[in-house]
Amino acid sequence: MKELNELILPEDVKFTDEHEWARVEGDHVRVGISDYAQDQLGDVVFVELPEVGSSFNKGDEFGTVESVKTVSEIYMPVSGEVVAINEELADHPEYVNTDPYGKGWMIEVAPSDLSEMDSLLDKNAYLKLLEEE
Amino acid sequence: MKEPIGTTGLALNEPLIWEKGRKGRTGFSLPKRDVEHAPLDEALTGDGPDLPDLSEVDVVRHYTRLSQWNYGVDSGMYPLGSCTMKYNPKTHERQAALPGFASAHPLLPASLSQGILRMMATLQRFLGEITGLPAVTLQPAAGAHGELTGMMIVRAYHNDRGAPRHKILIPDTAHGTNPASSVLCGFSPVPVKSNERGVLAPETVAELMDEDTAGIMITNPNTLGLFEENIRKIADIVHGKGGLVYVDGANMNAMMGIVSMGNIGVDLMHLNLHKTFSTPHGGGGPGSGPVCARQDLAPFLPVPRVKEKDGTFHLSYDHPKSIGKVHAFYGNVGILIRAYSYILSMGPNLKKASQLAVLNANYVKEKLKDTFYLPYDRPCMHECVFTDKWQEAHKITTLDIAKRLIDYGFHPPTIYFPLVVHGAIMIEPTETESKETLDTFIASCKAIAEEAKESPELLREAPTKPKVRRMDETRAARHPQLAG
Amino acid sequence: MRYLPHTDEEISEMLAAIGLKSLDELFTSIPEDCRRTDPLDLPEPLTEWELNRHMDALAAEMAVAPGYKIFLGAGSYHHHIPEAIRQLLLRSEFYTAYTPYQPEISQGTLQAIYEYQTFVTRLLGMEVANASMYDGASALAEALLMAIRVTKRKKVAVSRLIHPFYRKVVETYLKAPGFEIVELPSREDGTTDLSSIDHPEKYAGIAIQSPNFFGCIEDLRSFGGKIHEDPKTFFVVAFTEPLAYGLLKPPGAYGADIVCGEGQSLGIPQSFGGPGLGMFATKMKYVRNMPGRLVGQTVDKDGKRGFVLTLATREQHIRRERATSNICSNEGLCALATAMYLSSLGETGLRELASLNHDKAEYLKGALARAGVKIPFSAPTFNEFVAEFPDGFQEKHARLMEKKIVAGLALAPFYPELKNHYLLCATETITKDEIDALIREVAS
Repeated sequence: MKELNELILPEDVKFTDEHEWARVEGDHVRVGISDYAQDQLGDVVFVELPEVGSSFNKGDEFGTVESVKTVSEIYMPVSGEVVAINEELADHPEYVNTDPYGKGWMIEVAPSDLSEMDSLLDKNAYLKLLEEE
Repeated sequence: MKEPIGTTGLALNEPLIWEKGRKGRTGFSLPKRDVEHAPLDEALTGDGPDLPDLSEVDVVRHYTRLSQWNYGVDSGMYPLGSCTMKYNPKTHERQAALPGFASAHPLLPASLSQGILRMMATLQRFLGEITGLPAVTLQPAAGAHGELTGMMIVRAYHNDRGAPRHKILIPDTAHGTNPASSVLCGFSPVPVKSNERGVLAPETVAELMDEDTAGIMITNPNTLGLFEENIRKIADIVHGKGGLVYVDGANMNAMMGIVSMGNIGVDLMHLNLHKTFSTPHGGGGPGSGPVCARQDLAPFLPVPRVKEKDGTFHLSYDHPKSIGKVHAFYGNVGILIRAYSYILSMGPNLKKASQLAVLNANYVKEKLKDTFYLPYDRPCMHECVFTDKWQEAHKITTLDIAKRLIDYGFHPPTIYFPLVVHGAIMIEPTETESKETLDTFIASCKAIAEEAKESPELLREAPTKPKVRRMDETRAARHPQLAG
Repeated sequence: MRYLPHTDEEISEMLAAIGLKSLDELFTSIPEDCRRTDPLDLPEPLTEWELNRHMDALAAEMAVAPGYKIFLGAGSYHHHIPEAIRQLLLRSEFYTAYTPYQPEISQGTLQAIYEYQTFVTRLLGMEVANASMYDGASALAEALLMAIRVTKRKKVAVSRLIHPFYRKVVETYLKAPGFEIVELPSREDGTTDLSSIDHPEKYAGIAIQSPNFFGCIEDLRSFGGKIHEDPKTFFVVAFTEPLAYGLLKPPGAYGADIVCGEGQSLGIPQSFGGPGLGMFATKMKYVRNMPGRLVGQTVDKDGKRGFVLTLATREQHIRRERATSNICSNEGLCALATAMYLSSLGETGLRELASLNHDKAEYLKGALARAGVKIPFSAPTFNEFVAEFPDGFQEKHARLMEKKIVAGLALAPFYPELKNHYLLCATETITKDEIDALIREVAS
């Protein structure tokens, strides 16, 4: 397991206290799980994602991520409609481990209220949360 | 310690079975054809499945070699917590194989099947006596199947009173089957935290129990190997709100002749005949999970029920409140025959079996508590739970310890369960292990704990003695290859 | 007691090591008012030899072949089982092992189950099979629950010609969580009538048994087409006699989404109905929604081929209340028996044996018809079929039993309109002479 100072925590994303990240990209928000989350899970073997077109509220479960012996639910950082999912994860679930903020992204959302981003944690607040865990 | 019992020997490679054989061989003595061939519409017939053609010798060698890659209770100590891997007496195999039992058709009329019906009725009485819960069904085919049946009975009981309930209390130490079984019956599980002593506190149950809660599912002794000492108070609380107390009897091996579940407020429970009553685990089944209940719950038991009238036995279907059927026929009768034989061979000595099971667990706990961290240092029942806390400093985990035990010639304990204990190592020796076997096991554990400090690589690389080494489970799960 | 190794001396030594004086002191953590005070009221222990005598006597009260000629099928079939299989199953490394959670010392069980899964996919024409379930009935119930889970629909349709006990189990499983079951009627030829299904999209799954409870082979081709008018609706095919697929096209060839049923026929003793073998197979796209254990192929640290339990995140010990099923045990040893049985038969043997079963029943059917017994259903059958006897046969059926012949199963208790109808079965274990003897009795 990584020590806290080994974790990659980019400045351009925001975090939830359930360890998802969200990044504003144009009109949309891209979502994945944090470096901390992937490290805790271990080798990711499967990611279950919703259908494009489905809508969720902030905090709703939208999928699950599985390692060999655990399964974790993943929750919406913001409300909105899923406009794209990362199809590549079906064949390459390991991207969640190797590149959690890049090739390991999970869904893209058309947010219904972009101001919900403001309620998420920035890098420092997230790091503080991790220190407490 | 003396030389470890784990060693290496000649194991033989063996390919997948379809990589063997030649078209035209046969391993089967086909009966002579004494009737004419009758054609069947060709639109219906196919080519038949692609199976290898093998001789009897090919088949015998294949499975004999495969068997030699396995470790069973007959090979050595198998201290798998919560699984009760006790010795499986040989005479049971003889009894179940008697042609009168093995070849019996399940739809024979009662007049032609008195032997098995009598056996089932007597076994029901025995299990009722052992649990103190006299209404017994033998139909469930495994422990989890018994839980499901039990939860259906709980549901039927509340519905019959005209007040359906929707929640069920399940302690955080429970087996995963408990929440899964209750959901299948339409209940939402409500988790109950155990207290700092590792058991349930009556106050916690009182806070959660309400009139929409159907009851509580308790494993007693619990999965930490501790007796739920507040069971009577908890039962009073649950009964006070109209609920039922269900016990997961996976750990009944500590309780025979010691505690009568019917007398401490338990309304119904299941038994695992493949644990407590010595029937073989068969590499994962068949098992058998009878449910024992209070007499007034009898109307809800599955049909058919085995009944006696004037000394003859029959199967009775006329029980309108019954939950229905959970098995095509009457359960795993072949397993029931083995459990019945066990009870007849042991008689009142079953109490001695429980006493010695608890003695063995406490002996191991006492002898290893300076070797592995013991989170609850109290008298245990039939199993004890350690953790890898003291080995963490050397970056050695429970998994490494378990794998190294294989090199020493033992089956590993249950690991990483119960979930409430981080890095759990759950040891259940059972009563059929002798003191010298336990002493060798204890010495092996101590030697491994030393290795963890001195040469941790030995643990991380373990096991090295079996035919294969640690498996790439990530690869198996990422790109499942489930058939050849 | 020969299973308990402790001498009194050892017990004292062990108690001393714990710091106790008596075995009773081990139980002080159990409150006084929870302890049992009365002794277990069980018979005194039997010796091994007394037990043998007792069990022999019980077994002697059972009517079995060859003393009895039993023309019963209906979900439990009498077939020859090679002695080699009986002896191999007594390899105690197999039968005294637990679930293969430690793959390094369970490769025997794991490879055998992988081979079993493979055989099942080939026999049923499917892509993936699990490591087995309790029995055919619960496998069918689990199949319908899986269809409900995947489609998120709440209603299923089940043919009336599925084994009545299987339907009862399905009802028990589906009633508890509150799902609806629609029964599909039968047609005059002894097969299922699907004409009431106008909108397959209303159903999570539609289940048909083939050969069905009457032994009739269903027209799976037309059912598959009809059900898959909505490609999301699960076409579920059940069976009680898998030996039929040695001869018939497998259900997978007709697009079945789940094929499940009872494997007892393939090398497992009847044992009064259990243990049996719940066989369960589906398409690979549904694998993560499938109940039951799965064994997968992988490699070890040194790159050597090996097998592990895999996709365990579907199961109860990880996903708890969100598991695909509560199932934990499979019927491991029975699956092993079936793998051994299919290995012994091979492709050639299986086909010959299946054909022999079909032909024995056809011979019995033809002979009965010639003796004036009505064969009410015209659909082709496998190794069992329905015969309608004249009034008064019930008494003859009882008299035949005294002559140690069980002449089929009366159907009226299951299908009240089928008065005087009996389901008769003849497998390879019944000889022509025995069939002829039955015909003489029936005709007399």
